[in-house]
Amino acid sequence: MFRTASVVLWKDLRIEMRTRDAVSAALVFSILVLVIFNFALDVNTPEMRRLAAGFFWVAFAFAGTLSLNRSFALEKESGAGRALSLAPVDPAGIFLGKALANAVFLAVTQIIVLPLFVVFFDVSVTRAWALAVSFALGSIAFAATGTLFSAIASNTRMRELLLPVLFLPVSVPALIAAVETTSFALGNTESASFWFTLLIVYDVVFVTASLLVFEYVVEE
Amino acid sequence: MARRFGMVLDAALLVAMAAGFGMIFFYAPIESEMGIVQKIFYVHVPLAWNAFLGFAIVFFASFRYLATRDPKWDARALAAAEVGVLFTTLVLITGPIWAKPVWGIWWTWDARLTLTLVLWLIYVGYLMLRRYVDSPERRAVLSAVVGVTGFIDVPLVYFAIRWWRTQHPQPVIAGGEGSGLDPRMASTLWVCVAALTLLFIALYRRRLAIEALRARADALREEADAARAEGARS
Repeated sequence: MFRTASVVLWKDLRIEMRTRDAVSAALVFSILVLVIFNFALDVNTPEMRRLAAGFFWVAFAFAGTLSLNRSFALEKESGAGRALSLAPVDPAGIFLGKALANAVFLAVTQIIVLPLFVVFFDVSVTRAWALAVSFALGSIAFAATGTLFSAIASNTRMRELLLPVLFLPVSVPALIAAVETTSFALGNTESASFWFTLLIVYDVVFVTASLLVFEYVVEE
Repeated sequence: MARRFGMVLDAALLVAMAAGFGMIFFYAPIESEMGIVQKIFYVHVPLAWNAFLGFAIVFFASFRYLATRDPKWDARALAAAEVGVLFTTLVLITGPIWAKPVWGIWWTWDARLTLTLVLWLIYVGYLMLRRYVDSPERRAVLSAVVGVTGFIDVPLVYFAIRWWRTQHPQPVIAGGEGSGLDPRMASTLWVCVAALTLLFIALYRRRLAIEALRARADALREEADAARAEGARS
């Protein structure tokens, strides 16, 4: 399972390094969302600065959807998805590889957007370790849920529409927990242990569930 | 046998509905603070309970489908999801009608309201997914996966929203519906719960019957196509 996962992961990372499709699309899109927030709401007030974590994760939820849509569309176009499902390997390994690749793309996007976010919203990172944990756990949460639903949506006629419709409501707990932990990292709240716990529980539940059900999604 | 059972069920539904509505308007006292608008409670609460029942059935049937691959479980999941979404929609409509005169607002991001809305979104997504997969087997498998993972998510959504709410100011909710219910109100509520549960079952059974007819029509069409192809060959 882990060998399959690492092969799939390296394949996706290599494609990404050559095309830079997923990260650049997510990057441009999240910058756009942050800029639009700036026009729609006057963000440079102390009250708005408290809500900055929310803006940040909304930008990610939508940008993530964009790059997750690519994840299995790529396999469909080239027929690689069929080849993968015919290969005598554990489907759970395929899921793990794809999900890890998506988590890496999301995390890279976050790291690039973070300085811009700090500049636009005039926030200060008071707890760097909390921010790192929040980003890592949040990326895993979005990648696990998103990879599963992206695989499901890629089997349908309306995949670009269906992915957000399926993925966003289910990831509501992860989104709330991610916003609260980032908010804690920015020094807006005093404690967030409940939210870190919830995010970890979400990650464990969805990674496990996806590993178990993925074989049904990729079968032909 | 099944037919007679259906007729008995429908008769019971009619009786329970008539009794429920009669009790709502002529038996249950008018609530002292909220007035006549509180009567919506007798429809709202049973609808919500049955909607949750529907989503639990979706989960169970989806799980059974993945284990057995028997199309009947897929049909059951579909029927329960459709009736569940219908009931949730009605909950989301009756709720604000009740809330506006009583709380002064149509909507508040209270834990229960938010959970209901998120559930509605998850199962609308489930039904949308079903529309866009052409192959019946693939549709059954994919929607079963969503039916299972969507329901696993419910406790997480619940805890997230509950905790999130406690950190924010909450509008004052005048007396929870469980607190000190007049016995006449309680008995009216239980009759309405029975009536709407019977309605749920009646709609669910009809939806299953439609699905069975649809499956038969598809099979006949396939048979006819095969026969025509055979005829063309000879």
